[in-house]
Formats: sequence, C-alpha cells, structure tokens
Amino acid sequence: MHDKVDVLIIGSGASGAAAAWSLADTKMRILCLEQGDWVRPTDYPTNGRDWEARLFADFAINPNRRARETDYPINDVNSPVKVVNFNGVGGSTIMYTAHYPRLHPSDFRVKTLDGVADDWPVDYQTLEPFFAENDRMMGVAGLAGDPAYPLHHPPMPPLPLGKSGQRFGRALNKLGWHWWPSDSAIATVEYDGRAPCINLGHCTPGCAQGAKASTDITYWPAAIRAGVELRTRARVREIMVGPDGMATGAIYYDAEGREHFQPAEMVIVACNGVGTPRLMLNSQSGKFPDGIANSSGLVGKNLMFHPFALTYGYVDEPLDGNHGPPLNLWSQEFYETDKSRGFVRGYTLQLHRGTGSIVEAITSTAAGRLPWGEDHHKVYRSLLNRRLGMSTITEDLPEEHNRVTLDPALKDGNGIPAPRIDYTIGENTRKMMEHGIARSKDILAAAGASNIGVEAPILNGGWHLMGTARMGTDPERSVVNEWGRCHDVRNLFVVDGSIWVTSGGVNPTSTIQALALYIADQIKRHLGEGTLFE
Amino acid sequence: MTHLTDAEIRDLRALVAEMIPASTTYNVPGADDEAIFADILKSLERDTEDARTALRQLGEFCGGGFAALDSARRRQVAMTFKDQGGAPLFALNRVVLLCYYRDDRVMRSLGQEPRPPFPKGHIVEQGDWSLLDPVKKRAPIWRRV
Repeated sequence: MHDKVDVLIIGSGASGAAAAWSLADTKMRILCLEQGDWVRPTDYPTNGRDWEARLFADFAINPNRRARETDYPINDVNSPVKVVNFNGVGGSTIMYTAHYPRLHPSDFRVKTLDGVADDWPVDYQTLEPFFAENDRMMGVAGLAGDPAYPLHHPPMPPLPLGKSGQRFGRALNKLGWHWWPSDSAIATVEYDGRAPCINLGHCTPGCAQGAKASTDITYWPAAIRAGVELRTRARVREIMVGPDGMATGAIYYDAEGREHFQPAEMVIVACNGVGTPRLMLNSQSGKFPDGIANSSGLVGKNLMFHPFALTYGYVDEPLDGNHGPPLNLWSQEFYETDKSRGFVRGYTLQLHRGTGSIVEAITSTAAGRLPWGEDHHKVYRSLLNRRLGMSTITEDLPEEHNRVTLDPALKDGNGIPAPRIDYTIGENTRKMMEHGIARSKDILAAAGASNIGVEAPILNGGWHLMGTARMGTDPERSVVNEWGRCHDVRNLFVVDGSIWVTSGGVNPTSTIQALALYIADQIKRHLGEGTLFE
Repeated sequence: MTHLTDAEIRDLRALVAEMIPASTTYNVPGADDEAIFADILKSLERDTEDARTALRQLGEFCGGGFAALDSARRRQVAMTFKDQGGAPLFALNRVVLLCYYRDDRVMRSLGQEPRPPFPKGHIVEQGDWSLLDPVKKRAPIWRRV
C-alpha cells in the first residue's frame, strides 16, 4: 500500500507529461506511473553502425516486432493499418518524426461546415494560447506566415530546405500549389539547454543529439524539478472505483511482477488512443461491468488512424538522402473541403527527404525494383539518394465499427488482456487517399521524377491513435465532457488522443498536448472554484 | 547465435551470392563474402525462423541441396524463388541487405563514410528560401469558422 496522492497520472507520453507539468504549480502531490523505462541518449540507434538495422529490432516502430519487455502485444490482424507506438518515458514522442502541425479552425467544426461526424466542444481559438505555450515548452521550429494557418510564431527558425526541399518547392510553384516549411519539434538553434539538430537523419527512433523534442527532455525535467514523481516500470492493470462510484486509484505491476495499489484523489489517463480504452475496458467492476466510465458504450469505439499513402519517385541527381529530419515541408493545397473532389474534408501532403541506404535497398526490393544478380549494383546506384517522396495524411472520420476491444486470448507479460483492433478504411477516406496519390504523382512529374511507386495504405502507419474515448457535452454520445472529465466518474480524466472527436488531416501531437494543457488548466480553474468533482 | 544446420548454412551462402554477387565493375564483395556472411549469420536473431522456412522452401524448389547445384541451375532456381518465396524470404533478404550495406567496403564504394550518424552528423544546405516568395503572396487558404 502506497501513500495516497492527490493526482495519479497514468502514462508519461505527450499528454501525460504536459498535464503533469501544468498541474505541478498547484503543489498537489502528483505521481505518474509509466510502464516503460527512461531511454538514455546513448541507447539511440544513431550511436552505432547498426543504426538502420535497429529499426527492425529493438527500435522497430511496431510493438509486436519490437517486443520489448515493456511493450504490450496488440492483435491487429483485422486491420489494414498496424498500430505503432513506443512505451517508455516520453511515450511515442520518443519514436515520432516531430512533424508538428496544429489542427485547423475548421477541424473543430466538421458537422457545422460539412455535415459529417460531430463538432468538437472546444475550438481553435480556445486552444490557441495552449498551442503557443506548448510550442514554447517543446521547442518548435518553423516559419510564421503560412497561408494555410492562422498566424502563429514558432520560436525557432525552420529546418533547412536542402536539395529535396528546393526540388519540391520548384515543382509546387510550377503547379501553383501551396507548400511551406513545416512546424517541427526539433531545435534548429540552441534552445532551453538542448543542442541544435546536426542532421543525423534518423529522427523517428529517437534523437541521440537531443535536438528532437520528446517529453523526457522537455516537460519531464521541468515537472520533476517542480516536485512531480515519475515511477517507471509500473504497468497499470486497472483503475479502481469505490462504493460512491469515484475512482480510488490504480493497481499496477512493478518490474518484478509484484502487484501494488496506488490510491489517489483523482486519476488522469494518458495512455494513447489504444492504451487508454484498453485500460478503461480492463477496469471492470460491479458499477462498471463493461469498463470504467463506459455507460455510453463508446469506450474503444470510433478509432481513427489517419491512413497514409506513400507516393515516391526517383530523380536524376543525388538529393539529401536520409540526411536531415525526414519531414521538413508540407502542402495543404487540398486540406479544406471542396466537394467537387468527390469527398469531404481533406488531407496534408508531407514532403519527405530520402531514406537511408539500407532502407532504400529493403523497400526497393519489396517493390520489385531492385533485382538480384549482376544488375543489383547498377540499379541500386540509380536509386540511392535519388528518392523524392510524399505522404498523403488523410482525415479519418469516426465510425463506431472501427474499435479497440479486449482480445479474449492475447495477454501482456503481466497477464493483462491485450487490445484487439478491428478497423476498415472508410469510403470517404479511400477517395481522399486516391486523390492524394494522383496529386502526388502530379508533383513528382513536375519535379522530374520517374519510376513511381505507391504504398497505400502504409502498413505500419498507425502512428496516430484517436477517438476511442471521445469528448462531448452529451453523456450518451461521448465519454468525457468538454474539459476531459469522464461523464460517469467525476474524478477521472482522459487527456490523450482518445478524446478527439474527429481526426483532422495532420499529425496530432501538437494538438494532443495543447488539449492536455487546456484540460489541466480547466482542472486548476475548477479546483480553485471548488467545482472539480461537481 | 544462429541455429541453422551446416547444410542450411551452405544453401544460405549460395543463395546470398545469387542475391548480391561480387562486382569487379564496382569493386565490391558479394554478400557471400566471409565477413559479410558472418554478419548475416550473427544478425538473423528474431528472423531465424523465417530464414529456416525460406531455406526449407528453397530446398523444395530444387529438390534439395541448392548449394550443390551447378551455377546455371542455381541462378534459375534463385530467380524463381525470388518471385515465390513470400514473407519468409523477404525477412531473410532484409537481413542480407542490412548486413551488406553496412560493410565498410560497400559503403566506401557508394561514396559514404563508414561511421554512425552521431556525433558528427551531416551537412544539409539551407537552400534558396526565395522559392517561397510566391506562396507568401497568397491570401489565406484556411477556412474561417
């Protein structure tokens, strides 16, 4: 039995870290339980000659492949998009590209504007100060003045264009289409004790330089200095409720498999769009036989992924290869709804640099482009560092049949039922993906690329996990209210991507963290007013 | 360490030589080079079972003893197997590529420094930011609500 804490946060990733830091100034006793470990800078693959190989081993993005002791298995057989994540201090911010767009104002009003899904109970304007605060805390590079966004001012200059960026820029200018240096959570100058990016080129599986903003080096040092306790190797099995229906704390296992009960006045769940519904569905009791705070039946439903389509080609000169952060530009020419395209909502085109030499060989072999035998060397040299690619990141609309449930057989190392994913790509999304592929081919043609390849959807493309504990004002149509508190359990909050009502067509981390800061601010406000649990 | 049998190792070495042969044109070893092949065997790890499956399938393709076939027949079997080997062969091929393209001699032949990315990093040019001028002149394209 541990001493009772005021706030128990479960999960130390993008949202849990932001909430912990924000709440620290209340001087409440705050504890965060994290199932994984701290990752040391010397652990990251770019320290060694096997840096690309480790993408397929202990730094694989797919947890089923990675299979660390700190990972949990996911049954994703019934999904064309596989879940990718990381479990450790910093969560999936350890293993992301740090491509850092915000949602747009229209993303919060899809029902009003386009007659689909639901409007959010919050809007861009409400979140704007929290976006700015989060940009400052994470350290964001970018360029003010993007015509695709309301004006905002990233605190650092943008990532370099490089050879590939200039090639894209000329092509998009020829077409008259929008492009802009992306907001990136990567230090381009010395920033808050972090060294600037030195173009290691392998950002996704962690940054040995510490230039990429993962929450273990941004929010957590500040939160811990302010008194928050972070307890690693603590895998939560379930959230407990008392006779009054309020959360009383959580049961977790330590690294040796010993069971603990951690009592708390309030609980904040921050385990991502798959981990959070898994935990809530595993938290069954007499009052909540179908999982905690699930009277709506919506916990686990409306899973959204952002299905990606990768389109690429090869040019006649060496470009940047894998040098530099892999994503440094975006085009949002097709972001806002134009019904003449045959679908509603829209997508972002992420413009890539190339790949590492081994990944080029592997993907070109998979695509049937790289032969065996005598011609192998000649063909390979025509491909290496000449790749120009882009990803269509589509807005995925919520559909209840896309869901996370508990697998009846699969369990993690502590015997906790694992999540099962049932997911299909919706018709609107599929049309959007086809449109994005066609426009990507237009851009590649304008850039002088040939030998075009397409992967749609990207198989290991389930980076963005959203919608499975959606927010709203109607308890029958949502799991949490407009400030993240569960309708059914008034001292239980959710702050991660689970609460998203719709997905937008951009990477979600910036907005996830702005929302977490907003919810933490609301908690403080209600605490001050004495209405936190009313 | 690998758990492949001696016969499997012989077939594997013959197969990887078909995948990536040595080249005098580019002055590079083949994937069956002693050092590279040792790296392949050491690196099979979580792909060992797929490798064994692929080698079993290869044996079924050629009636056993792939390494003992004459070179023309080996090449013919390998090309058919490439198209029909499926996921186990892809996993095996991936390990071969992972090891081949980190060999110092191969990297140098590609004009790459045989070193890890950290701590030296790489240079990426800033580029011509005036390319962005036409976009800067555009009116806002985000939808007001």
